[in-house]
Amino acid sequence: MEQGCNAMKQELTLRSLRPGERGRVRAMRVTGPMRRRLRELGLVEGAELRCLGRSPLGDPTAYSLYGAVLALRDADSARIAIKRTEG
Amino acid sequence: MQEHVIALAGLPNVGKSTVFNRLTGLRQHTGNWTGKTVGSARGSFRTARRRCVLVDVPGTYSLTARSEEERVARDYLLSGEPEAILLVCDAGLIERNLFFALQLLSLGKPVLLCLNLMDEAQRRGLRLDTALLSRRLGVPVIALTARKRRSRAQLLEAIDALLDAPAPPRPVELPPPDGGSEAEDAYTAALVRLSEELCRGVVHGPREPPARDLRIDRILTHRVLAYPLMLALLALVFYLTIRGANAPSALLSRLLFSLEAPLRAALGRLGLPPALVALLSEGAWRTLSWVTAVMLPPMAIFFPLFTLLEDLGYLPRVAFNLDRPFQRCGACGKQCLTMAMGFGCNAAGVTGCRIIDSRRERLLAILTNSFVPCNGRFPLLLAVLSMFFAGVSASPVRAALGLTGVVVFAVLMSFAATRLLSATVLRGEASAFVLELPPYRRPQLGQILTRSLLDRTLLILGRAAAVAAPAGALLWLLANMHSGGLPLLSRCAAALDGAGRFFGMDGAILLAFLLGLPANETVLPILLMIYTAQGSLADPGALADVRSILLQNGWSGVTAACVLVFTVLHWPCSTTLLTIKKEAGSLRWTALAAALPTVFGLVLCAILAHSA
Repeated sequence: MEQGCNAMKQELTLRSLRPGERGRVRAMRVTGPMRRRLRELGLVEGAELRCLGRSPLGDPTAYSLYGAVLALRDADSARIAIKRTEG
Repeated sequence: MQEHVIALAGLPNVGKSTVFNRLTGLRQHTGNWTGKTVGSARGSFRTARRRCVLVDVPGTYSLTARSEEERVARDYLLSGEPEAILLVCDAGLIERNLFFALQLLSLGKPVLLCLNLMDEAQRRGLRLDTALLSRRLGVPVIALTARKRRSRAQLLEAIDALLDAPAPPRPVELPPPDGGSEAEDAYTAALVRLSEELCRGVVHGPREPPARDLRIDRILTHRVLAYPLMLALLALVFYLTIRGANAPSALLSRLLFSLEAPLRAALGRLGLPPALVALLSEGAWRTLSWVTAVMLPPMAIFFPLFTLLEDLGYLPRVAFNLDRPFQRCGACGKQCLTMAMGFGCNAAGVTGCRIIDSRRERLLAILTNSFVPCNGRFPLLLAVLSMFFAGVSASPVRAALGLTGVVVFAVLMSFAATRLLSATVLRGEASAFVLELPPYRRPQLGQILTRSLLDRTLLILGRAAAVAAPAGALLWLLANMHSGGLPLLSRCAAALDGAGRFFGMDGAILLAFLLGLPANETVLPILLMIYTAQGSLADPGALADVRSILLQNGWSGVTAACVLVFTVLHWPCSTTLLTIKKEAGSLRWTALAAALPTVFGLVLCAILAHSA
């Protein structure tokens, strides 16, 4: 697990998206119940998100997805690989 | 005339209950699904030609039967009972809703798809081609604004049409939902792709949250403004609760106390012995009246206000702002919501912990809920605050501010306790957490009142009354039975005095907290009863009089501070303990829930007493 994270360090994740930026999901590395939960909300490979803003303490961060707003903790958004897209 | 049973299904937060109320009005009754903790509601209504029964199915995101809600929903929808399904969707979030709709269509029952919240979608500039969607899915689709009264006729007509020609929907090709996680991945991926394809050409317009919501969010979750705004709102809710409850409390108390004499007379006529009559009237009835008069008005104000903030969409934003400390404590972000509910009533807060999925995180939330003071403890906190710290004639504004300070202390303590638990007996990683920030919506006042009054206030009042009456009887016995010339109550207080003084209080205070177990509202009257050696509860009267009684019995500023701390941090009331036992399912956790705040409180009181 640790190693896997290190190897992916170069990869762009949802966590690195700044407020106002958009990204398309390339790979979901979230596992277990959270993976299902996110899929039910439409967060799957190919979905496009826009970073809306961070909580006053910096974590979690709010994203818009299909017009809905959801907030993810950094620990989780770091496990979602994305590709930056243009607004 | 035959009754047609229709299931009402949909995702959470799509206005399902508005549709339910719109159709059934007051002809409904609520309860639980047999053998489950999931609430159920049934109601009846008439179309032009039929009598129908509408069954509210729990709102879930999928039918994969993982949570209890999902199992209930799935089992019911698959059962033979419902003839057709009324599926409510959020018109503004159609892709996500179709994901669920497709699973529902695969059940093969006739479905009427209602795209609700149309007004909201239109305001955002969305246009929806319902005819095209209906052709693609093979089921009738209507655009709806259930909030508007005229939507009822539209619904009734569509339901009649559906029952006239109940055609099962065109089968949607879905991969099997069972199998390993890869099969499941493929299944949901296919569903999501299918929903996107179905929406192509159906939805026109921006796929962004409403600009107004984003503007409000920018303020409410602002780096600098967010916390002051939260505190100000909290203080406002307290102010309205304190201010608004005064007059009705006094009225209710006069009314209930005035019934005591007729009750005594009636019991006397039954030929009961005088001691038993006094036990029942001065003991049980008076305590019951006291608890009702002090508890009911604040709850009847606080819970609707709380539900209002919930419905407006503010509470999820509070959870968003406060998530990080919860995360650091290894807790679920939803614990913020159950904690907020605890201000109303800890028993309600503990029941609310069902929204937390992980067992470890649910226990964290349950065990630390009573660290935040409920309504029942406000009167004592307010009395002590105004007698010793804010000036006897404190205005409600200053009282509300003082209370807000105490509440901030309580919240910090609950973080400490959560942290402690998750480093010891409830060790583990915070499970992944996604928080939805729903659109801001105009609340529906009627719904708020019925929900908060019926579901929360009366339920809790009933439970409190069930323990207040017998506890009142016990209290009366202790005050009126003598041993060696002194009432038992004074003997008990004397026995506890050493311990009480060590913790900065005295024996009478400790005893009052112990006897106040059924309802924290009674702590102050019991205390006065012990100090003045009276045989039954009496109205404390003006605060100035109370203050002089307390001063005569040796109260200092330190005593008052210790009482404040101990009011926040001691065992939960019996109603909450019973609820914890039910929700956590074990005596051990219940014992820990009682011990944890008590130890916190005693340690802090000892430090206060010995450093002063």
